Amino acid sequence: MTLIIEKLHVQHGAITAIDDLSFTINQGELVTIIGSNGAGKTTLLRALSGLLPVTAGRAEWKGKSILGERPEDLVRRGIVHVSEGKAVIPELSVAENLELGGIWRKDKLDVAAATAEVLELFPRLGERMKQGADTLSGGERQMLAIGRAMIARPELLLLDEPSLGLAPLIIDQIFAAVDALRHRLGLTVVLVEQNAMSALSIADRGIIINLGQLVTSGTPSDLLNDPALRSAYLGY
Amino acid sequence: MQIFFNTILVGLSSGAIYALISLALVLVWRSTRVVNFAAAGQAILSTYIGYEAMTRMHNYWLSLPVAILAGALISALVEAIIMRPLAKRTKGTPVESIAPVIATLGVLGGIRSLAGLIWGNTFLQYTSPLSSKGYMVGHTTIPFSPQNAAIVVGAAVVLLLFAALFKFTRLGLALRAASFQPEISRLSGVRVDRVRTIGWAFAGAAGAVAGALVTPTTYLSPNSLDLLLVSGFVAAVIGGLESLIGAVVGGIVLGVGFAFILQYIGTSVTFSAAFIILLIVLLIRPQGIFGKGSSREA
Repeated sequence: MTLIIEKLHVQHGAITAIDDLSFTINQGELVTIIGSNGAGKTTLLRALSGLLPVTAGRAEWKGKSILGERPEDLVRRGIVHVSEGKAVIPELSVAENLELGGIWRKDKLDVAAATAEVLELFPRLGERMKQGADTLSGGERQMLAIGRAMIARPELLLLDEPSLGLAPLIIDQIFAAVDALRHRLGLTVVLVEQNAMSALSIADRGIIINLGQLVTSGTPSDLLNDPALRSAYLGY
Repeated sequence: MQIFFNTILVGLSSGAIYALISLALVLVWRSTRVVNFAAAGQAILSTYIGYEAMTRMHNYWLSLPVAILAGALISALVEAIIMRPLAKRTKGTPVESIAPVIATLGVLGGIRSLAGLIWGNTFLQYTSPLSSKGYMVGHTTIPFSPQNAAIVVGAAVVLLLFAALFKFTRLGLALRAASFQPEISRLSGVRVDRVRTIGWAFAGAAGAVAGALVTPTTYLSPNSLDLLLVSGFVAAVIGGLESLIGAVVGGIVLGVGFAFILQYIGTSVTFSAAFIILLIVLLIRPQGIFGKGSSREA
Protein backbone atom coordinates (compact mmCIF):
# COMPACT_ATOMS: atom_id res chain seq x y z
CA MET A 1 0.00 0.00 0.00
CA THR A 2 1.48 3.30 -0.98
CA LEU A 3 -1.06 6.00 -0.13
CA ILE A 4 -2.67 5.64 3.27
CA ILE A 5 -5.34 8.08 4.43
CA GLU A 6 -6.59 7.56 7.95
CA LYS A 7 -9.27 9.46 9.84
CA LEU A 8 -8.52 12.59 7.87
CA HIS A 9 -10.20 15.85 8.89
CA VAL A 10 -10.02 19.11 6.97
CA GLN A 11 -11.77 22.18 8.29
CA HIS A 12 -12.85 25.12 6.11
CA GLY A 13 -13.63 27.73 8.75
CA ALA A 14 -16.76 26.42 10.46
CA ILE A 15 -17.38 23.77 7.82
CA THR A 16 -15.94 20.28 8.06
CA ALA A 17 -14.96 19.61 4.46
CA ILE A 18 -13.32 16.23 5.04
CA ASP A 19 -14.72 14.25 7.93
CA ASP A 20 -13.06 11.13 9.29
CA LEU A 21 -12.08 9.87 5.86
CA SER A 22 -9.99 6.71 5.53
CA PHE A 23 -8.87 4.78 2.48
CA THR A 24 -5.76 3.29 0.95
CA ILE A 25 -4.50 3.20 -2.59
CA ASN A 26 -2.02 0.64 -3.88
CA GLN A 27 0.99 1.28 -6.02
CA GLY A 28 0.06 1.54 -9.68
CA GLU A 29 -3.64 1.78 -8.96
CA LEU A 30 -5.93 4.33 -10.61
CA VAL A 31 -8.64 5.26 -8.16
CA THR A 32 -11.36 7.73 -8.93
CA ILE A 33 -13.01 9.78 -6.23
CA ILE A 34 -16.64 10.42 -7.10
CA GLY A 35 -19.12 12.70 -5.45
CA SER A 36 -21.40 15.62 -6.05
CA ASN A 37 -20.43 19.27 -5.83
CA GLY A 38 -19.28 20.10 -2.33
CA ALA A 39 -18.60 16.48 -1.44
CA GLY A 40 -15.01 17.40 -0.56
CA LYS A 41 -13.24 15.95 -3.59
CA THR A 42 -11.19 19.01 -4.46
CA THR A 43 -10.50 19.69 -0.78
CA LEU A 44 -9.15 16.17 -0.43
CA LEU A 45 -6.69 16.62 -3.31
CA ARG A 46 -5.64 20.05 -2.06
CA ALA A 47 -4.95 18.58 1.36
CA LEU A 48 -2.92 15.74 -0.15
CA SER A 49 -0.77 18.11 -2.21
CA GLY A 50 -0.09 20.42 0.73
CA LEU A 51 -2.21 23.35 -0.42
CA LEU A 52 -4.59 23.02 2.52
CA PRO A 53 -3.78 22.29 6.15
CA VAL A 54 -5.16 19.11 7.65
CA THR A 55 -6.84 19.40 11.06
CA ALA A 56 -6.45 15.82 12.16
CA GLY A 57 -5.64 12.36 10.90
CA ARG A 58 -2.86 10.68 9.04
CA ALA A 59 -1.77 10.68 5.41
CA GLU A 60 1.24 8.68 4.32
CA TRP A 61 2.91 8.19 0.97
CA LYS A 62 5.35 5.29 0.72
CA GLY A 63 5.51 4.98 4.51
CA LYS A 64 6.21 8.63 5.27
CA SER A 65 3.77 11.30 6.35
CA ILE A 66 2.91 13.97 3.83
CA LEU A 67 1.07 16.21 6.26
CA GLY A 68 2.48 19.63 7.03
CA GLU A 69 4.68 19.53 3.94
CA ARG A 70 4.63 22.28 1.35
CA PRO A 71 3.43 21.57 -2.19
CA GLU A 72 6.84 22.39 -3.66
CA ASP A 73 8.45 19.79 -1.40
CA LEU A 74 5.83 17.13 -2.12
CA VAL A 75 6.52 17.58 -5.84
CA ARG A 76 10.09 16.57 -5.06
CA ARG A 77 8.72 13.45 -3.34
CA GLY A 78 6.87 12.44 -6.48
CA ILE A 79 3.41 13.78 -5.63
CA VAL A 80 2.16 16.02 -8.42
CA HIS A 81 -1.22 17.70 -8.39
CA VAL A 82 -2.93 18.98 -11.52
CA SER A 83 -5.44 21.35 -10.01
CA GLU A 84 -8.93 22.04 -11.19
CA GLY A 85 -9.76 24.00 -14.31
CA LYS A 86 -6.96 23.60 -16.89
CA ALA A 87 -4.11 24.47 -14.60
CA VAL A 88 -1.81 26.28 -16.99
CA ILE A 89 -0.26 29.73 -16.77
CA PRO A 90 -1.91 31.65 -19.62
CA GLU A 91 0.70 34.44 -19.57
CA LEU A 92 3.48 31.99 -20.41
CA SER A 93 4.10 30.16 -23.68
CA VAL A 94 3.36 26.47 -24.09
CA ALA A 95 7.09 25.71 -24.01
CA GLU A 96 7.53 27.75 -20.81
CA ASN A 97 4.60 26.00 -19.14
CA LEU A 98 6.25 22.67 -19.89
CA GLU A 99 9.65 23.92 -18.77
CA LEU A 100 8.09 25.00 -15.48
CA GLY A 101 7.14 21.38 -14.76
CA GLY A 102 10.80 20.38 -14.62
CA ILE A 103 12.21 23.62 -13.28
CA TRP A 104 13.32 22.10 -9.98
CA ARG A 105 14.85 18.99 -11.49
CA LYS A 106 18.61 18.54 -11.71
CA ASP A 107 18.55 15.76 -14.29
CA LYS A 108 18.21 17.95 -17.38
CA LEU A 109 18.65 15.02 -19.76
CA ASP A 110 15.66 13.29 -18.29
CA VAL A 111 13.65 16.52 -18.35
CA ALA A 112 14.33 16.68 -22.08
CA ALA A 113 13.32 13.02 -22.45
CA ALA A 114 10.13 13.58 -20.46
CA THR A 115 9.31 16.63 -22.57
CA ALA A 116 9.78 14.60 -25.74
CA GLU A 117 7.43 11.92 -24.37
CA VAL A 118 4.79 14.53 -23.59
CA LEU A 119 5.02 15.98 -27.08
CA GLU A 120 4.70 12.51 -28.54
CA LEU A 121 1.59 11.88 -26.49
CA PHE A 122 0.12 15.31 -27.26
CA PRO A 123 1.48 16.30 -30.69
CA ARG A 124 -0.75 19.39 -30.75
CA LEU A 125 1.32 20.90 -27.97
CA GLY A 126 4.42 20.44 -30.09
CA GLU A 127 2.88 22.48 -32.88
CA ARG A 128 2.10 25.31 -30.49
CA MET A 129 5.27 25.52 -28.39
CA LYS A 130 5.91 29.22 -29.04
CA GLN A 131 2.28 30.28 -28.64
CA GLY A 132 0.92 31.73 -25.44
CA ALA A 133 -0.99 29.17 -23.38
CA ASP A 134 -3.90 31.62 -23.51
CA THR A 135 -4.33 30.85 -27.21
CA LEU A 136 -4.98 27.14 -26.58
CA SER A 137 -8.38 25.48 -26.63
CA GLY A 138 -9.76 24.01 -23.42
CA GLY A 139 -8.68 20.51 -24.37
CA GLU A 140 -5.19 21.64 -25.30
CA ARG A 141 -4.86 23.48 -22.00
CA GLN A 142 -5.76 20.31 -20.14
CA MET A 143 -3.18 18.41 -22.18
CA LEU A 144 -0.64 21.07 -21.29
CA ALA A 145 -1.51 20.87 -17.60
CA ILE A 146 -1.11 17.09 -17.59
CA GLY A 147 2.01 17.35 -19.75
CA ARG A 148 3.59 19.79 -17.33
CA ALA A 149 2.88 17.40 -14.46
CA MET A 150 4.46 14.49 -16.36
CA ILE A 151 7.74 16.37 -16.78
CA ALA A 152 8.12 16.24 -13.00
CA ARG A 153 8.17 12.40 -13.39
CA PRO A 154 5.43 11.90 -10.80
CA GLU A 155 4.84 8.66 -8.96
CA LEU A 156 1.52 9.77 -7.52
CA LEU A 157 -0.59 11.90 -9.83
CA LEU A 158 -3.50 13.83 -8.35
CA LEU A 159 -5.88 14.87 -11.11
CA ASP A 160 -8.74 17.23 -10.38
CA GLU A 161 -11.61 17.14 -12.87
CA PRO A 162 -9.67 16.94 -16.11
CA SER A 163 -12.99 16.72 -18.00
CA LEU A 164 -14.35 20.03 -16.67
CA GLY A 165 -15.86 22.11 -19.45
CA LEU A 166 -14.60 19.91 -22.28
CA ALA A 167 -16.48 18.39 -25.21
CA PRO A 168 -17.16 14.62 -25.00
CA LEU A 169 -14.72 13.80 -27.78
CA ILE A 170 -11.92 15.71 -26.05
CA ILE A 171 -12.78 14.10 -22.72
CA ASP A 172 -12.29 10.69 -24.32
CA GLN A 173 -8.88 11.76 -25.62
CA ILE A 174 -7.79 13.06 -22.23
CA PHE A 175 -8.89 9.92 -20.43
CA ALA A 176 -7.25 7.73 -23.03
CA ALA A 177 -4.02 9.68 -22.50
CA VAL A 178 -4.21 9.30 -18.72
CA ASP A 179 -4.88 5.60 -19.13
CA ALA A 180 -1.92 5.19 -21.49
CA LEU A 181 0.40 7.17 -19.23
CA ARG A 182 -0.35 5.25 -16.10
CA HIS A 183 0.08 1.88 -17.75
CA ARG A 184 3.29 2.92 -19.44
CA LEU A 185 4.84 4.52 -16.36
CA GLY A 186 3.21 2.52 -13.57
CA LEU A 187 1.75 5.69 -12.08
CA THR A 188 -0.49 5.72 -9.07
CA VAL A 189 -3.38 8.04 -9.89
CA VAL A 190 -6.08 9.67 -7.78
CA LEU A 191 -8.64 11.01 -10.21
CA VAL A 192 -11.35 13.32 -8.93
CA GLU A 193 -14.31 13.53 -11.29
CA GLN A 194 -17.93 14.54 -11.61
CA ASN A 195 -18.02 12.72 -14.92
CA ALA A 196 -18.25 9.37 -13.14
CA MET A 197 -18.84 7.25 -16.22
CA SER A 198 -15.68 8.35 -18.00
CA ALA A 199 -13.63 8.12 -14.84
CA LEU A 200 -14.86 4.64 -13.94
CA SER A 201 -14.14 3.46 -17.47
CA ILE A 202 -10.39 3.74 -16.83
CA ALA A 203 -10.33 3.25 -13.04
CA ASP A 204 -9.39 0.16 -11.06
CA ARG A 205 -11.55 1.30 -8.21
CA GLY A 206 -14.01 4.03 -7.33
CA ILE A 207 -14.43 5.74 -3.99
CA ILE A 208 -17.68 7.58 -3.45
CA ILE A 209 -17.65 10.38 -0.92
CA ASN A 210 -20.42 12.64 0.28
CA LEU A 211 -20.18 15.61 2.67
CA GLY A 212 -16.56 14.75 3.28
CA GLN A 213 -17.32 11.18 4.37
CA LEU A 214 -16.76 7.86 2.70
CA VAL A 215 -19.94 6.36 1.27
CA THR A 216 -18.50 3.25 -0.30
CA SER A 217 -15.71 2.00 -2.48
CA GLY A 218 -15.48 -0.79 -4.99
CA THR A 219 -14.59 -1.84 -8.49
CA PRO A 220 -16.24 0.08 -11.31
CA SER A 221 -18.60 -2.79 -12.05
CA ASP A 222 -19.64 -3.10 -8.38
CA LEU A 223 -20.49 0.58 -8.27
CA LEU A 224 -22.23 0.65 -11.63
CA ASN A 225 -24.33 -2.41 -10.79
CA ASP A 226 -25.70 -0.96 -7.56
CA PRO A 227 -28.96 0.78 -8.48
CA ALA A 228 -29.03 2.90 -5.31
CA LEU A 229 -25.50 4.21 -5.90
CA ARG A 230 -26.21 4.77 -9.55
CA SER A 231 -29.17 7.03 -8.95
CA ALA A 232 -27.64 8.84 -5.97
CA TYR A 233 -24.05 9.42 -7.13
CA LEU A 234 -23.52 8.41 -10.71
CA GLY A 235 -26.33 10.55 -11.97
CA TYR A 236 -28.37 8.34 -14.24
CA MET B 1 15.95 73.10 -32.60
CA GLN B 2 18.93 72.94 -30.24
CA ILE B 3 16.60 73.60 -27.34
CA PHE B 4 14.34 70.77 -28.48
CA PHE B 5 17.20 68.25 -28.49
CA ASN B 6 18.53 69.51 -25.19
CA THR B 7 15.11 69.02 -23.68
CA ILE B 8 14.99 65.43 -24.92
CA LEU B 9 18.44 64.73 -23.46
CA VAL B 10 17.45 66.16 -20.10
CA GLY B 11 14.27 64.12 -20.25
CA LEU B 12 16.17 60.93 -21.07
CA SER B 13 18.41 61.31 -18.06
CA SER B 14 15.64 61.93 -15.56
CA GLY B 15 13.46 59.39 -17.36
CA ALA B 16 16.15 56.74 -16.89
CA ILE B 17 16.05 57.34 -13.15
CA TYR B 18 12.24 57.22 -13.09
CA ALA B 19 12.45 54.01 -15.10
CA LEU B 20 14.73 52.42 -12.48
CA ILE B 21 12.47 53.42 -9.60
CA SER B 22 9.46 52.34 -11.61
CA LEU B 23 11.18 49.01 -12.24
CA ALA B 24 11.77 48.61 -8.50
CA LEU B 25 8.06 49.16 -7.87
CA VAL B 26 6.96 46.85 -10.68
CA LEU B 27 9.27 44.02 -9.58
CA VAL B 28 7.80 44.14 -6.09
CA TRP B 29 4.26 44.46 -7.41
CA ARG B 30 4.75 41.44 -9.61
CA SER B 31 6.22 39.28 -6.89
CA THR B 32 3.93 40.12 -3.98
CA ARG B 33 1.15 42.45 -5.24
CA VAL B 34 2.27 45.23 -2.94
CA VAL B 35 2.86 48.86 -3.87
CA ASN B 36 6.15 49.36 -2.09
CA PHE B 37 6.34 52.90 -0.74
CA ALA B 38 9.43 51.82 1.16
CA ALA B 39 11.29 51.68 -2.18
CA ALA B 40 12.49 55.27 -1.68
CA GLY B 41 13.63 54.46 1.84
CA GLN B 42 15.46 51.32 0.76
CA ALA B 43 17.13 53.24 -2.06
CA ILE B 44 18.25 56.05 0.25
CA LEU B 45 19.70 53.59 2.77
CA SER B 46 21.63 51.78 0.06
CA THR B 47 22.83 55.14 -1.27
CA TYR B 48 24.13 56.10 2.16
CA ILE B 49 25.93 52.77 2.31
CA GLY B 50 27.39 53.52 -1.13
CA TYR B 51 28.43 56.93 0.18
CA GLU B 52 30.18 55.30 3.14
CA ALA B 53 31.95 52.90 0.78
CA MET B 54 33.06 55.81 -1.39
CA THR B 55 34.47 57.81 1.52
CA ARG B 56 36.48 54.74 2.60
CA MET B 57 37.63 53.49 -0.78
CA HIS B 58 37.81 56.92 -2.44
CA ASN B 59 36.38 55.37 -5.55
CA TYR B 60 32.87 56.09 -6.81
CA TRP B 61 32.84 53.17 -9.24
CA LEU B 62 33.79 50.64 -6.55
CA SER B 63 31.09 52.06 -4.30
CA LEU B 64 28.40 51.24 -6.88
CA PRO B 65 28.43 47.44 -6.44
CA VAL B 66 28.48 47.95 -2.67
CA ALA B 67 25.36 50.12 -2.91
CA ILE B 68 23.67 47.66 -5.26
CA LEU B 69 24.39 44.66 -3.03
CA ALA B 70 23.22 46.61 0.01
CA GLY B 71 20.03 47.59 -1.83
CA ALA B 72 19.31 43.97 -2.74
CA LEU B 73 19.99 42.77 0.79
CA ILE B 74 17.90 45.48 2.47
CA SER B 75 14.97 44.77 0.18
CA ALA B 76 15.20 41.01 0.69
CA LEU B 77 15.27 41.53 4.45
CA VAL B 78 12.25 43.84 4.37
CA GLU B 79 10.36 41.13 2.47
CA ALA B 80 11.47 38.18 4.58
CA ILE B 81 11.29 39.82 8.02
CA ILE B 82 8.31 42.15 7.66
CA MET B 83 6.23 41.58 4.55
CA ARG B 84 6.05 37.78 4.44
CA PRO B 85 5.05 37.26 8.09
CA LEU B 86 2.58 40.13 7.75
CA ALA B 87 1.00 38.58 4.66
CA LYS B 88 0.66 35.23 6.46
CA ARG B 89 -0.91 36.82 9.54
CA THR B 90 -3.38 38.99 7.67
CA LYS B 91 -4.37 36.32 5.14
CA GLY B 92 -8.14 36.04 4.92
CA THR B 93 -8.72 39.10 7.11
CA PRO B 94 -10.29 42.38 5.91
CA VAL B 95 -6.92 44.18 6.10
CA GLU B 96 -5.19 41.61 3.89
CA SER B 97 -4.63 43.96 0.96
CA ILE B 98 -4.09 47.24 2.79
CA ALA B 99 -1.90 46.14 5.71
CA PRO B 100 1.20 45.47 3.58
CA VAL B 101 0.95 48.88 1.90
CA ILE B 102 0.71 50.63 5.25
CA ALA B 103 3.61 48.54 6.46
CA THR B 104 5.74 49.80 3.56
CA LEU B 105 4.93 53.38 4.63
CA GLY B 106 6.08 52.40 8.10
CA VAL B 107 9.31 51.00 6.70
CA LEU B 108 9.83 54.19 4.67
CA GLY B 109 9.44 56.34 7.79
CA GLY B 110 11.59 53.99 9.84
CA ILE B 111 14.46 53.95 7.36
CA ARG B 112 14.36 57.74 6.93
CA SER B 113 14.55 58.27 10.69
CA LEU B 114 17.34 55.74 10.96
CA ALA B 115 19.29 57.48 8.20
CA GLY B 116 18.70 60.81 9.95
CA LEU B 117 20.02 59.35 13.21
CA ILE B 118 23.15 57.90 11.65
CA TRP B 119 24.08 60.51 9.06
CA GLY B 120 22.16 63.55 10.29
CA ASN B 121 19.69 65.59 8.32
CA THR B 122 22.37 67.58 6.53
CA PHE B 123 23.10 67.51 2.83
CA LEU B 124 26.02 65.22 2.02
CA GLN B 125 27.94 65.04 -1.25
CA TYR B 126 28.15 61.61 -2.85
CA THR B 127 30.46 62.63 -5.64
CA SER B 128 31.24 60.94 -8.91
CA PRO B 129 34.47 61.47 -10.84
CA LEU B 130 32.29 62.36 -13.79
CA SER B 131 31.42 65.99 -14.15
CA SER B 132 27.88 67.12 -13.54
CA LYS B 133 28.56 70.10 -15.78
CA GLY B 134 26.94 69.92 -19.18
CA TYR B 135 28.85 68.98 -22.32
CA MET B 136 29.99 71.81 -24.56
CA VAL B 137 28.47 71.76 -28.01
CA GLY B 138 30.11 74.48 -30.09
CA HIS B 139 30.15 77.46 -27.77
CA THR B 140 27.14 76.53 -25.67
CA THR B 141 26.88 74.27 -22.66
CA ILE B 142 24.04 71.80 -23.02
CA PRO B 143 22.16 70.64 -19.91
CA PHE B 144 23.44 67.08 -20.27
CA SER B 145 26.56 66.10 -18.34
CA PRO B 146 28.86 63.09 -18.31
CA GLN B 147 27.10 61.97 -15.14
CA ASN B 148 23.78 62.22 -17.00
CA ALA B 149 25.28 59.98 -19.66
CA ALA B 150 26.34 57.52 -16.96
CA ILE B 151 22.77 57.55 -15.67
CA VAL B 152 21.34 56.71 -19.07
CA VAL B 153 23.94 54.01 -19.75
CA GLY B 154 23.62 52.55 -16.25
CA ALA B 155 19.85 52.39 -16.47
CA ALA B 156 20.04 50.79 -19.92
CA VAL B 157 22.46 48.13 -18.66
CA VAL B 158 20.22 47.30 -15.71
CA LEU B 159 17.16 47.09 -17.93
CA LEU B 160 18.87 44.82 -20.45
CA LEU B 161 20.17 42.57 -17.68
CA PHE B 162 16.70 42.23 -16.21
CA ALA B 163 15.12 41.65 -19.60
CA ALA B 164 17.62 38.88 -20.36
CA LEU B 165 17.21 37.37 -16.91
CA PHE B 166 13.44 37.26 -17.15
CA LYS B 167 13.36 35.99 -20.69
CA PHE B 168 16.17 33.47 -20.81
CA THR B 169 16.87 32.02 -17.36
CA ARG B 170 15.13 29.48 -15.18
CA LEU B 171 15.07 31.98 -12.33
CA GLY B 172 13.35 34.44 -14.67
CA LEU B 173 10.76 31.83 -15.58
CA ALA B 174 10.18 31.08 -11.89
CA LEU B 175 9.82 34.81 -11.15
CA ARG B 176 7.26 35.25 -13.92
CA ALA B 177 5.35 32.07 -13.10
CA ALA B 178 5.21 32.87 -9.38
CA SER B 179 3.90 36.35 -10.11
CA PHE B 180 1.16 35.19 -12.47
CA GLN B 181 0.01 31.98 -10.75
CA PRO B 182 1.64 31.31 -7.39
CA GLU B 183 -0.43 28.19 -6.73
CA ILE B 184 0.31 26.49 -10.03
CA SER B 185 3.94 27.49 -9.57
CA ARG B 186 4.12 25.81 -6.17
CA LEU B 187 2.47 22.71 -7.59
CA SER B 188 5.18 22.75 -10.26
CA GLY B 189 7.88 22.75 -7.59
CA VAL B 190 8.76 26.45 -7.55
CA ARG B 191 9.76 27.62 -4.07
CA VAL B 192 7.50 30.65 -4.31
CA ASP B 193 8.48 32.24 -0.99
CA ARG B 194 12.14 32.21 -1.97
CA VAL B 195 11.40 33.47 -5.46
CA ARG B 196 9.42 36.37 -4.00
CA THR B 197 12.31 37.36 -1.79
CA ILE B 198 14.56 37.29 -4.84
CA GLY B 199 12.06 39.51 -6.69
CA TRP B 200 12.31 42.03 -3.84
CA ALA B 201 16.09 41.79 -3.89
CA PHE B 202 16.16 42.65 -7.61
CA ALA B 203 13.83 45.55 -6.95
CA GLY B 204 16.13 46.78 -4.19
CA ALA B 205 19.09 46.53 -6.55
CA ALA B 206 17.29 48.60 -9.21
CA GLY B 207 16.43 51.26 -6.64
CA ALA B 208 20.02 51.28 -5.41
CA VAL B 209 21.32 51.88 -8.94
CA ALA B 210 18.91 54.82 -9.27
CA GLY B 211 20.02 56.30 -5.94
CA ALA B 212 23.73 55.88 -6.52
CA LEU B 213 23.57 57.30 -10.05
CA VAL B 214 21.31 60.27 -9.44
CA THR B 215 22.69 61.45 -6.09
CA PRO B 216 25.99 62.86 -7.51
CA THR B 217 23.89 65.27 -9.59
CA THR B 218 22.15 66.58 -6.46
CA TYR B 219 22.88 65.86 -2.80
CA LEU B 220 22.25 63.15 -0.24
CA SER B 221 19.77 63.55 2.61
CA PRO B 222 17.32 61.17 4.29
CA ASN B 223 14.49 62.24 2.01
CA SER B 224 16.34 63.28 -1.13
CA LEU B 225 14.81 60.44 -3.17
CA ASP B 226 11.22 60.91 -2.04
CA LEU B 227 10.11 62.94 -5.05
CA LEU B 228 11.58 60.29 -7.31
CA LEU B 229 9.26 57.77 -5.69
CA VAL B 230 6.27 59.80 -6.86
CA SER B 231 7.60 60.00 -10.41
CA GLY B 232 8.59 56.34 -10.38
CA PHE B 233 5.12 55.43 -9.20
CA VAL B 234 3.47 57.50 -11.93
CA ALA B 235 5.80 55.89 -14.48
CA ALA B 236 4.89 52.43 -13.20
CA VAL B 237 1.18 53.17 -13.47
CA ILE B 238 1.61 54.56 -17.00
CA GLY B 239 3.38 51.33 -17.86
CA GLY B 240 0.64 49.19 -16.39
CA LEU B 241 2.36 48.14 -13.12
CA GLU B 242 2.80 44.59 -14.45
CA SER B 243 5.22 45.06 -17.30
CA LEU B 244 8.96 45.62 -17.07
CA ILE B 245 9.04 47.18 -20.52
CA GLY B 246 6.06 49.28 -19.51
CA ALA B 247 7.96 50.51 -16.44
CA VAL B 248 10.84 51.64 -18.62
CA VAL B 249 8.71 53.26 -21.30
CA GLY B 250 6.61 54.92 -18.59
CA GLY B 251 9.76 56.33 -17.00
CA ILE B 252 11.14 57.70 -20.25
CA VAL B 253 7.77 59.16 -21.32
CA LEU B 254 7.41 60.86 -17.98
CA GLY B 255 11.00 62.14 -17.96
CA VAL B 256 10.76 63.62 -21.43
CA GLY B 257 7.27 64.96 -20.70
CA PHE B 258 8.55 66.71 -17.57
CA ALA B 259 11.49 68.17 -19.44
CA PHE B 260 9.22 69.72 -22.05
CA ILE B 261 6.86 71.10 -19.44
CA LEU B 262 9.83 72.54 -17.57
CA GLN B 263 11.25 74.04 -20.76
CA TYR B 264 8.12 75.45 -22.30
CA ILE B 265 5.71 76.03 -19.42
CA GLY B 266 7.74 76.47 -16.27
CA THR B 267 9.01 74.93 -13.07
CA SER B 268 5.91 75.68 -11.03
CA VAL B 269 3.73 73.12 -12.77
CA THR B 270 6.13 70.17 -13.09
CA PHE B 271 5.13 68.48 -9.89
CA SER B 272 1.41 68.90 -10.40
CA ALA B 273 1.96 67.66 -13.94
CA ALA B 274 2.97 64.26 -12.54
CA PHE B 275 -0.37 63.89 -10.85
CA ILE B 276 -2.30 65.27 -13.81
CA ILE B 277 -0.57 62.75 -16.10
CA LEU B 278 -1.34 60.00 -13.55
CA LEU B 279 -5.02 60.92 -13.45
CA ILE B 280 -5.32 61.18 -17.21
CA VAL B 281 -3.73 57.76 -17.68
CA LEU B 282 -5.91 56.18 -15.01
CA LEU B 283 -9.09 57.68 -16.48
CA ILE B 284 -8.35 56.82 -20.11
CA ARG B 285 -6.48 53.56 -19.74
CA PRO B 286 -6.56 52.31 -16.15
CA GLN B 287 -4.58 49.20 -17.04
CA GLY B 288 -1.72 51.41 -18.29
CA ILE B 289 -0.19 51.52 -21.73
CA PHE B 290 1.31 48.06 -21.34
CA GLY B 291 -1.25 46.59 -18.98
CA LYS B 292 -2.91 43.23 -19.74
CA GLY B 293 -2.14 41.40 -22.91
CA SER B 294 1.45 42.36 -23.48
CA SER B 295 2.54 41.67 -19.91
CA ARG B 296 3.85 38.34 -21.14
CA GLU B 297 6.59 40.05 -23.05
CA ALA B 298 9.01 40.43 -20.17
